[in-house]
Amino acid sequence: MDIFVQQILNGLVLGSIYALIALGYTMVYGIMGLINFAHGEVVMFGAMVTISVINGLVGAGVSLPGPVLVVIGLLVAVPACMLLGYTIERIAYRPLRGAPRLAPLITAIGLSIVLQQTAILIWGRNYIPFPPILNHDVLNIFGASITKLQVVIIVMCQVIMIGLLLMVEKTRLGRAMRATSQNPAVAGLMGVNVNNIISATFVLGSGLGAIAGVMVATNYDQAHYYMGYMIGMKAFTAAVLGGIGNLGGAVAGGLLLGIIESLGAGYIGDLTGGFLGSNYQDIFAFMVLILVLIFRPSGLLGEKMADRA
Amino acid sequence: MTMATTTRKKLSWFLLCAVLLAVLPFMVGHVLGNSWVRIVDFTLLYIMLALGLNIVVGFAGLLDMGFIAFYAVGAYTYALLSSPHFGLHLPFYVSIPLGAIFAACFGLMLGTPVLRLKGDYLAIVTLGFGEIIRIFMNNLNAPVNITNGPQGINLIDPIQIGGVSLGESLHVLGLTFPSVYLYYYLFLVLSVLVVIMGMRLQHSRIGRAWVALREDDIAAASMGINIRNIKLLAFALGALSGGVAGGLFASFQGFVSPESFGLMESIMILAMVVLGGMGHIPGVVLGAIVLTIAPEILRDVIGPLQMETFGRMIVDPENARQLLFGLALVVMMLVRPAGMWPSRRRAAEFTDAKRDAAQKG
Repeated sequence: MDIFVQQILNGLVLGSIYALIALGYTMVYGIMGLINFAHGEVVMFGAMVTISVINGLVGAGVSLPGPVLVVIGLLVAVPACMLLGYTIERIAYRPLRGAPRLAPLITAIGLSIVLQQTAILIWGRNYIPFPPILNHDVLNIFGASITKLQVVIIVMCQVIMIGLLLMVEKTRLGRAMRATSQNPAVAGLMGVNVNNIISATFVLGSGLGAIAGVMVATNYDQAHYYMGYMIGMKAFTAAVLGGIGNLGGAVAGGLLLGIIESLGAGYIGDLTGGFLGSNYQDIFAFMVLILVLIFRPSGLLGEKMADRA
Repeated sequence: MTMATTTRKKLSWFLLCAVLLAVLPFMVGHVLGNSWVRIVDFTLLYIMLALGLNIVVGFAGLLDMGFIAFYAVGAYTYALLSSPHFGLHLPFYVSIPLGAIFAACFGLMLGTPVLRLKGDYLAIVTLGFGEIIRIFMNNLNAPVNITNGPQGINLIDPIQIGGVSLGESLHVLGLTFPSVYLYYYLFLVLSVLVVIMGMRLQHSRIGRAWVALREDDIAAASMGINIRNIKLLAFALGALSGGVAGGLFASFQGFVSPESFGLMESIMILAMVVLGGMGHIPGVVLGAIVLTIAPEILRDVIGPLQMETFGRMIVDPENARQLLFGLALVVMMLVRPAGMWPSRRRAAEFTDAKRDAAQKG
């Protein structure tokens, strides 16, 4: 039972992060009908930039409490990633709007490679440890343990996601985004500047990605130039699981996927009599992805049967 | 010009090409050294792979990003059946066909669940499939050691044809054929076979059905084409070529490990097809040649060039190579989305799509 609670807690932490990244995928998909393949790289850059900023501050002898340093790092990383997201849209997607679907996919893959290699140029090929500035005190809940940091991650994710949902539902920008996702041409006729809305979507998604990247780095205590790929794949799975294009779905899908993955990794050994171990953790996301696409391609909360799927 | 002279002209071109291809390893080996003959061998392997993927992506228009999985299945089948790992030393004419059949079965296994998927979704699922295969190869060393995990399988048997091992030099008629030359001829023959298979398929009833499927699946279905079977056939035939190439790779290399079958390899092969000209066999062959040779040339050029201009290494050559590859993908898609050498039909499809989109606004 302790293992069960423990795995649920781990799953919630992971799932909150997946959800945050999945929002980036799902917003872009909702508006353009395309998967932003380079989103994982934005997440990676968010983590890397933050670590660099913190290391720079600590190296310069600035003595501030850990959380303040992280916030300063985020204040640099989030705008940087927003700029990155904007650039990705301008280079890889805007010139190819209306081209066959394969073309933007290939440009996005190309950009992913360029971004990864740029990260190697800047930060090298090795794992970069997260500076030891955060408190790793452990809380006990029902016999399972969770760090205070993880609690903060979960709470922050929920706050950010609620904020985003409110923004999309209540503000003028949100309404323009919804209109564009329903029909860009008509939205344009109603006076929405579609190009700006698409850029805004990329910028917002990238900002969320940057925050998620920092959370991944604090949770695993390290960052790596290749980290964006796997986490991006999983977040995309979460978006599909919840129903791609649906913001609430991305959140639900993220949390659910996190929990499935942790429970799977925790119990796969027992279930297969020790034949498969927790080193197969990464398989669950892909299995879930394939199963969802076979049995319910519209996802858990998706209403229309997307003909793309 | 009469028919007879055209035919004669074609025949003389054909003979010229045949002679050139026959002496190519000697020329390359003499001028650039045998390591370059090895690169030529790999080019032929990649041509086979790219042509296999071309059936799926180019002909049928199904975006497969996990193609390397079939290559891996072919390679591991050969490695397990013809190496000291299990003590089985089956001859190549058993293990390569078995690998190809296994790969085709995996193709069907992948194809069946994704029948309803298109475009980006299909790309992601096939990518996931490739990853699953790789994760299994990496981890199936415990509790029963099947794949030997990340260390891979070593000492794989070279191919033996009629008592001649392709792993050793052969002396005939006063000429010496090193192992890489022998593999060259084998790969050349098989590549030509794959090219012929592709051309025959393209102009067959099946090939036309694939074109119909690619351009408009609903219209194709309403013309009486069985979409399900034709899609599965594309996956299976593509996988089959991948499996054969995999078996050849294992015997040629003598060693396989999961590292050779990563996502980057899948992307590389997809890039050969896309940058060459999807669905156009000469274009795909060109794509495979350029994308195999160019990185090798860059490897020799980038380092010395930096030393000369800056006096020190600023960018690690491997790093610079990958950067250029990524940039090439982006630039090519922006400038020539139909590829370097597209077929006329495919180029027309691209302009059509653009015009349709422009009309929709």
